[in-house]
Amino acid sequence: MSPLQIKKGSSKHSAYDLRDPNAEVIETHTLTVIVDNESGVLARVIGLFSARGYNIDSLTVAEVDHLGHRSRITVVTSGTPQVIVQIKAQLERMVIVHEVHDLTVEGPSVQRELALFKVRGQGEHRIEALRLAEIFRANVVDSTLESFVFEMTGTPEKVDAFAELMRPLGLVEVARTGVAALARGA
Amino acid sequence: MVVEALKDQGVEVVFGYPGGAVLPIYDEIFQQNDIRHILVRHEQGAIHAAEGYARSTGKPGVVLVTSGPGATNVVTGIVDALMDSIPIVVLSGQVPTFMIGSDAFQEGDTVGITRPCTKMNWLVKETDKLAETIHQAFHVATAGRPGPVLVDIPKDVQFATGAYVEKPTVQTGHYAPRVAGDAEMIERMVELIETAEKPVFYTGGGVINSGPAASQLLREWVEATGFPITSTLMGLGAYPASGKSWLGMLGMHGTYQANWAMHDCDVMINIGARFDDRITGRINAFSPGSTRIHVDIDPSSVNKVIRADVPIIGDVAHVLEAALDLWKARGRKVNREAVGRWWAQIEEWKSVDCLAYKPGSSVIRPQHAVARLEALTKGMDRYITTEVGQHQMWAAQYLGFEEPNRWMTSGGLGTMGYGLPASIGVQIAHPDALVINVAGEASWLMNMQEMGTAVQYRAPVKQFILNNERLGMVRQWQELLHGERYSHSWSEALPDFVKLAEAFGCKGIRCDNEADLDDAIREMLAYDGPVIFDCIVEKHENCFPMIPSGNAHNDMILGEVDTQGVIGASGAVLV
Ligand SMILES: Cc1ncc(C[n+]2csc(CCOP(=O)(O)OP(=O)(O)O)c2C)c(N)n1
Ligand SMILES: [Mg+2]
Repeated sequence: MSPLQIKKGSSKHSAYDLRDPNAEVIETHTLTVIVDNESGVLARVIGLFSARGYNIDSLTVAEVDHLGHRSRITVVTSGTPQVIVQIKAQLERMVIVHEVHDLTVEGPSVQRELALFKVRGQGEHRIEALRLAEIFRANVVDSTLESFVFEMTGTPEKVDAFAELMRPLGLVEVARTGVAALARGA
Repeated sequence: MVVEALKDQGVEVVFGYPGGAVLPIYDEIFQQNDIRHILVRHEQGAIHAAEGYARSTGKPGVVLVTSGPGATNVVTGIVDALMDSIPIVVLSGQVPTFMIGSDAFQEGDTVGITRPCTKMNWLVKETDKLAETIHQAFHVATAGRPGPVLVDIPKDVQFATGAYVEKPTVQTGHYAPRVAGDAEMIERMVELIETAEKPVFYTGGGVINSGPAASQLLREWVEATGFPITSTLMGLGAYPASGKSWLGMLGMHGTYQANWAMHDCDVMINIGARFDDRITGRINAFSPGSTRIHVDIDPSSVNKVIRADVPIIGDVAHVLEAALDLWKARGRKVNREAVGRWWAQIEEWKSVDCLAYKPGSSVIRPQHAVARLEALTKGMDRYITTEVGQHQMWAAQYLGFEEPNRWMTSGGLGTMGYGLPASIGVQIAHPDALVINVAGEASWLMNMQEMGTAVQYRAPVKQFILNNERLGMVRQWQELLHGERYSHSWSEALPDFVKLAEAFGCKGIRCDNEADLDDAIREMLAYDGPVIFDCIVEKHENCFPMIPSGNAHNDMILGEVDTQGVIGASGAVLV
């Protein structure tokens, strides 16, 4: 332990190693955040994600308790387990945040998203699109002679699958709301 | 109403600068005598002064600025306060509500600009909400991990009369960070302390922020266990530098013994520190064999950088007290024999005498200047602020802090220009104390206009400038990792500091010879008023010990050695 043992210049590595020292699998989690419904609140939450380099895969927000003046933000995010825990802690310490739940770890939950698809086509493609829509329980909410708008509710995976099927049939536009989620049970 | 709310909050001093959008508040200030307003020379000065005030008193610092440029000028200070967890309440004027969004004169999106750097901010659009919001702002700034908040007040809201609400006696807002630690975790902490063979206390600014009781409890813990203790830059003074268990500061410019102790310990007791990158060095080589206890009031600090084996979320004083009670009740056990061996090892590291410096010829060594300042002010009622650079590290290394709240330095953000205004804020809070800003000439110039404030308010702050005519810390890094290419790290065309002092109406002293140093320092201390002390020091001195970027704790440079290639390529891209 004498000072002579200190190897000068021996290190090829870095204290601020740009690689994640705890690199682990990337997980996707759905968080719900109950916040005060005040101006600037959404900007604060989104700002946290951009400032700290966290991912937002999907985000929805709406007032859910008018009297209590609360909004519910549902955010789907991805990262290493350590990052996910950190995101939750960062959200929890915000003054405007009342509750944060990681639905992915807190037990079973239901996740739903509403999507609209505009599909343009004629003949066989049109018929096929309608048939698939029926299988997926999508409703026709607008139609012209050469187009449909389908409305569908489901998990993000179901929405993805339907969009994939519609693509060769003339899918021209998609609008998605992002995920709304609740824990199952009472 | 604003002044009313401030009085209700017990505010005695406001640091500010007027302008169109805050004139109604200034009018209120004019018509009362309870709250003192300190007129600075630049809004950045106001917020750093408020930081100095806050850190030396434990009370929130209050800043009042106008809209637009007034507000943008405090942004650096807001970020500084956020990084260093300092309670600051900024009140900013805003254009009238009906003009917001119209690009009105001196309109700026103040809440937008400051959102990422405040704990919370508010734009108050109704006068009826004004008092309540200000009370809430004080609560948020001081509760839990302290930090800056901002209340943006449009001019029409300032003019209108509304219902005043008194400071709530019980906090109604939901924001209530937890202060008591988890009992089970505290028990595990005590168990680890009882059996540790090579323990170390690693303490930070959280101890200071928790209040004097926390420092008291920490001292009791250290005395009772006999464990060694080191601290971050922010935590200096929580445990006295003269205490027998003190290892000195740790981290990039920490002592040899402190960093080795961190590296080799088996139980690390982190109290209110956040594993900053200046502390950990290379993360994957950080203290490889230790079990880590981490006490922090901010849950997001725990497991952010370094995984804690025993995470305890709570206020330092609460946790230390609960743990101490439990430890005493269980019979005050420690493994004396093993800790004795550990101390023998530490003494060996200490004998390296890592802070030794070569005695100078006639040229003043900066370390020596700080060491003499320490010797000549020892025992005085002394507060120290610093700027940012080598001088800051030398101040941390060679000054001894015996009490908390005596050391004000910009740690997290490293803001050059912090020290002078901060020293004024400290002096305003402690009119009879000795307040010294240990400065570098380059940093000092960044907010030197505040000398006017010092003179106006007869704040006898001592500006002790270690003048190396260099951006010394930048120069040191260029020497170590940019092949000695000294790109723009000179302080050219410096003012004559003695004449500058005269121009400001205060005293100037220059000293460029080690033989005259003591007398010159004594002259500075004896002078009843602000002093600018131009201490001409060795220009090429480096700050050691240093853990270069990319090295582990046990891999540090001790002194003037061949430093070529010390920092690996991957370290060089880092800061
Ligand atoms: C506002 C700001 N700009 C730039 C820096 C980068 N920086 C860190 S130390 C330093 C040099 C400081 O020089 P000086 O105040 O003379 O102190 P010295 O290192 O010479 O003691 C610089 C430019 C900073 N910390 N803050
Ligand atoms: Mg300098």
